[in-house]
Amino acid sequence: MSDVIDRPALEQDESAKSRLRIIDCDIHPSLHSRADLNPFLPKRWQEHLKTFGDHLRTPYIGTTPYPRSSPLIARRDAWPPTGGPPGSDLAFMRKQHLDPLDIEFGILQVLDLFIFSQQNLDFGAAIQRAINDWQLAYWTSREPRLKASILVGQDDTEAAVAEIERCAKLGQYVQINVSPRANEPLGRHRYWPIYARAEELGLPLGIHVGGYGGHAPTGGGWPSYYAEEHQSNAHTMAATLTSLVIEGVPERFPGLKIVFIEGGFGWISSTMWRMDQHFERFRSEVPHLKRRPSEYVKQHFWFTTQPIDEPDEAKHLRSLIDWVGVDRLLFSSDYPHWDFDDPRFAFRTPLSETERAKIFNGNARALYKL
Amino acid sequence: MTRHIVARTTDIPPGGNKVVGVDGRDIVVFHVNGEFFALLNRCPHAGAPLDKAACVARLTSPEPGVYQRSRVGELLRCAWHGWEFDMRTGQSWFDPKRVKVRTYPVVIEDGETLAKGPYVAETFPVHVEDSYIVIEINN
Repeated sequence: MSDVIDRPALEQDESAKSRLRIIDCDIHPSLHSRADLNPFLPKRWQEHLKTFGDHLRTPYIGTTPYPRSSPLIARRDAWPPTGGPPGSDLAFMRKQHLDPLDIEFGILQVLDLFIFSQQNLDFGAAIQRAINDWQLAYWTSREPRLKASILVGQDDTEAAVAEIERCAKLGQYVQINVSPRANEPLGRHRYWPIYARAEELGLPLGIHVGGYGGHAPTGGGWPSYYAEEHQSNAHTMAATLTSLVIEGVPERFPGLKIVFIEGGFGWISSTMWRMDQHFERFRSEVPHLKRRPSEYVKQHFWFTTQPIDEPDEAKHLRSLIDWVGVDRLLFSSDYPHWDFDDPRFAFRTPLSETERAKIFNGNARALYKL
Repeated sequence: MTRHIVARTTDIPPGGNKVVGVDGRDIVVFHVNGEFFALLNRCPHAGAPLDKAACVARLTSPEPGVYQRSRVGELLRCAWHGWEFDMRTGQSWFDPKRVKVRTYPVVIEDGETLAKGPYVAETFPVHVEDSYIVIEINN
């Protein structure tokens, strides 16, 4: 049996000159074990982690609220032969993902310990710092294709800004990440100091799906099944987009760039149309908005493509792409998670060479200044 | 039609599989409940290698609280997005009208019969005392 996908690297027959390399905007590295954080964590918090564990607003300790479709939500073929959880072994990640798919750059999105939603804010601040350091020590310094994000728990805004300052000085990070499921919708003023710093530093704000803000993940209440909860990723992203735009974040921070990660993109166009419609009717309620909401979206927001929608007819996927705009899309695989999109097969509709170059490389290269 | 000797029956333990290259194709051979099944090693949904799939059972529930497992090990659950396929026919459980994995007929023959040929994959050393998995491919 082979350990890796037995298929040729992408477009290997083409000359190096015309070959399109991939920028993957969503790769999940994992801790091999929580002890990996010890070198970056003060003794006091090591003890805390060992004694109390982490503290998320979830019903069961040490697991997710819904049984997932596969162990650690991972591809079954992504468990490293050397042991440890999927995404924890750099050599195997190279062999299974970075090399065969010809990934030029991969943007890391760390979900371990979900620092954004830790209810003990001091503990959250300590582990966000540890995880930000761990990303450099374990990943980006060993593999220059991988790029780290500054993870900050937005509900302690002061600590978040302090962590952004600390990390920005190191000059190694390409993005600042917050969670779409905070204690309040992300457009609220309490979070604006984070956006102000992101704008000043010229770092995009990354918002990856997930989180445990303590609220039901859907506007209609708590889902019963994982299949139902997984849908709510898109709802949450739509609510977050609406909150950011209508509360005036892009109006107030004209240089801010925001990336929505793992929300897909099928829902964006209808959200923009609806916001524009409401804006025409209710603009006197939100006079701080100077332009139509869709204009803010098309200037300030980018969207990663996974999980790509799979309509019965390929032409419908084409329409979704056209409605959002090729310039707004960034390819992402979600490796090593079960709903991984393979760059060779995910787009079941023809794209022109220019479109492919933008979605799979150019848009991300410009946005992250790679 | 060409016939290819791809492995000894003892090469694949029960519940295991082996990927073999035949005419540029990757074919995965499963050994389940004493039978061998050969399928193209590529999920028709998104391209995942099927040798990493979980071999599962058909699970039915005639009434609440009652569950029955049947055809244990004969259904494949893809390692990526969890699409399920019938190993015997290649048929997708999720979208049976449109999606199918290519399957290949498999026969088991003893070395004595095989030694008489003619077969492709001559490089495979055939010993009369063993039995072999032979895949048939329509070119």
